Amino acid sequence: MSSQTSTTDRPQYNMDVVKLFTIMTIVWGIVGMGVGVLIAAQLIWPDALSFGPWLHFGRLRPLHTNAVIFAFGGSALFATSYYSVQRTCQATLAFPKLAMFTFWGWQAIILSAAITLPLGLTSGKEYAELEWPIDIAIAVVWLSYLAVFSKTIMARRTPHIYVGNWFYMAFIVTVAILHVVNSAAIPVGMFKSYSAYAGTTDAMIQWWYGHNAVGFFLTAGFLGMMYYFVPKQTGRPVYSYRLSIVHFWALISIYMWAGGHHLHYSALPDWAQSLGMVMSLVLLAPSWGGMINGMMTLSGAWHKLRTDPILRFLVVSLSFYGMSTFEGPMMAIKTVNALSHNTDWTIGHVHSGALGWVAMITIGAVYHMIPRLYGVAEMYSVKLINTHFWLATVGVVFYIVAMWVNGIMQGLMWRAVNSDGYLMYSFVQSLEASYAGYIVRLIGGGIFFVGMLVMAYNVWKTVQLSKTDATASVAQTV
Amino acid sequence: MSSFLHWYIWIVAIGSIVALFWLIQATRNVESSGDEDATTGHNFDGIEEYNKPLPAWWLYLFWGTMVYGLGYYAYYGLGNWNGLADWSSVGQLADEQRAHDEEFGALFEKFATMPIETIATDAKALQLGRQIFENNCSLCHGVSAEGSNGFPNLTDSASLYGNTPDSIKTSIEMGRKGIMPAWQAILGDEKITQVTQYVLSISGQKHDAAAAALGQTVYAQSCVGCHGMDASGNSFVGAPNLTDDEWLYSRPQNALAVDIRNSIALGRAGVMPAWKDRLGDAKVQLLTGYVYSLSR
Repeated sequence: MSSQTSTTDRPQYNMDVVKLFTIMTIVWGIVGMGVGVLIAAQLIWPDALSFGPWLHFGRLRPLHTNAVIFAFGGSALFATSYYSVQRTCQATLAFPKLAMFTFWGWQAIILSAAITLPLGLTSGKEYAELEWPIDIAIAVVWLSYLAVFSKTIMARRTPHIYVGNWFYMAFIVTVAILHVVNSAAIPVGMFKSYSAYAGTTDAMIQWWYGHNAVGFFLTAGFLGMMYYFVPKQTGRPVYSYRLSIVHFWALISIYMWAGGHHLHYSALPDWAQSLGMVMSLVLLAPSWGGMINGMMTLSGAWHKLRTDPILRFLVVSLSFYGMSTFEGPMMAIKTVNALSHNTDWTIGHVHSGALGWVAMITIGAVYHMIPRLYGVAEMYSVKLINTHFWLATVGVVFYIVAMWVNGIMQGLMWRAVNSDGYLMYSFVQSLEASYAGYIVRLIGGGIFFVGMLVMAYNVWKTVQLSKTDATASVAQTV
Repeated sequence: MSSFLHWYIWIVAIGSIVALFWLIQATRNVESSGDEDATTGHNFDGIEEYNKPLPAWWLYLFWGTMVYGLGYYAYYGLGNWNGLADWSSVGQLADEQRAHDEEFGALFEKFATMPIETIATDAKALQLGRQIFENNCSLCHGVSAEGSNGFPNLTDSASLYGNTPDSIKTSIEMGRKGIMPAWQAILGDEKITQVTQYVLSISGQKHDAAAAALGQTVYAQSCVGCHGMDASGNSFVGAPNLTDDEWLYSRPQNALAVDIRNSIALGRAGVMPAWKDRLGDAKVQLLTGYVYSLSR
């Protein structure tokens, strides 16, 4: 095995499944973001880019979100958690066959999503659209993941459990609960089911799930990633152990109650809306705890940013994390939400998290892992990593700014009233006014997408390098 | 809400914040070695950890949000308790509507008694009427009021309930229920095909003459009660005129015969909501005048 280490007291790490998940992270990143670019273009040229019902915006949009969150983000979380749990526990991956099953199972689920969603088979729950047979498969794969991960931690040779693994563990356990509860449904056929809940209860459970998908899948999981790759890449100790403790427990206990902010000014009882808003505000400091711990880990190593584009990815991802976890609590305030709800501002907020935080920390982690997984000293081209960094950063900024401008404009247009007290604009007028922003968004998303292609090329060349470079094995213990 | 649930909510909401205060205190008070540059001694794959104190600005932010949260619950309430402000979202809506009526009510009130024919020619009244229409009616009838499948076109002269000021006003105030019974079980496929061809024939469409002739008999037995001997409809029951080329239920992607057949076989149930309580007399008057003007 190429990832075998030369030091004899270290266990033999199982990196086969890590390699597979890492490569698929890049593949699904390109697919998911490519679909995103397509649907962004469909919003500008709906007629020219109309390809019948299967590729209609309404079916491609859930395909895009599923591909980016669960295929790209999910593969990244599998890859990095399997990679770092072995190294931080000094233990080989438990149940190697089950670990390989999680890979093939997860890919099969992604593939079935890519088939069923364009066919219009959906349970209609946002970020949980897949129909019940796929939901059961997800639960099976996820519990296997839990078994592999937790058994590896139990077999650790270190006296303590590393903070990164707390976050990964919280993410795995909670996502299992969220998925099973929210996807509970009564099947009426192979591809059709109805939610087990009704009305406002259904809405609340959906957004309890939906917001915790953000909180545990896209935040806690990726914080686990951050806690490994930031100190590794900087070579500096983590800033504060006690800050890890406070922000970990605060984050996972408070996130659970914040989902109500998705249903402000709805039929949800007033107290549940108040609870959702207050918990969201209290969440600000625990969220920032992770940013502080990551950023301050760089103290004494800031000069490395000048030469290390991988570190730039990690640091900029933390900046976007800090920004979007500030923006989130603000948008949860009812008076702000009254302006922002249903506008493009929400889309901008999601993408500052998904592109700025989730994708950029993943990209940094992949660039860190690939040379080590394939036994070469460094990536084929550090210059191309830098190119990718600038493409990604500029792309995100274009995207977010366009959506902020659009969102606030839409919110203001929808509430503007004439001197007779009636609305000044029809919905279509606000849509017409949004076109400029849609074009800027397409450009931003397109630039980010091109960066992913640069990455794929760079990774391809690095893997080629490992096959020809006879001296490659020297680099393995870095 | 049961008192169990009420207290459960209180314990979760207040208890979480109290627990966080405790968590922060407990962690802050852990003895540090005094040397801030000492690590915890843990080593994970080469990663060490400092144990620096919690940043003060961050602590103040954390405490601040928690105190604000407790204050928010106290003011806006939690569980069964409506808080010091006795606030509810229903109450807020009522207040806002009252404020709206106070500010804008007079503007509309003067039109409450204006005759509908006069409104239909008064520029200011029509402008207000159009605003009301776009905000309340355009969702179904379209911004241009031309309707769509299942929603009547208000700009043509065809009308289900009579195109007079009074009948338009009644439709808006009281709403309508347009029911066409389903004939599939009674007539069967063959007779439905025949009567479909008959309806096509009397409205000047391409049709199968032989089937239409047979359909005329079916029509005379089953349809004549509502649609009338001459098939010109009946505005008392909202039965449409079948001899013109205006179709309430017609999808662009379907052949007309398909939609007519569906109407006969499966029936139709159209609903126009009642707006009297929602809009009030003055706005209904303005809206009636505006709709009346559309087909004139």
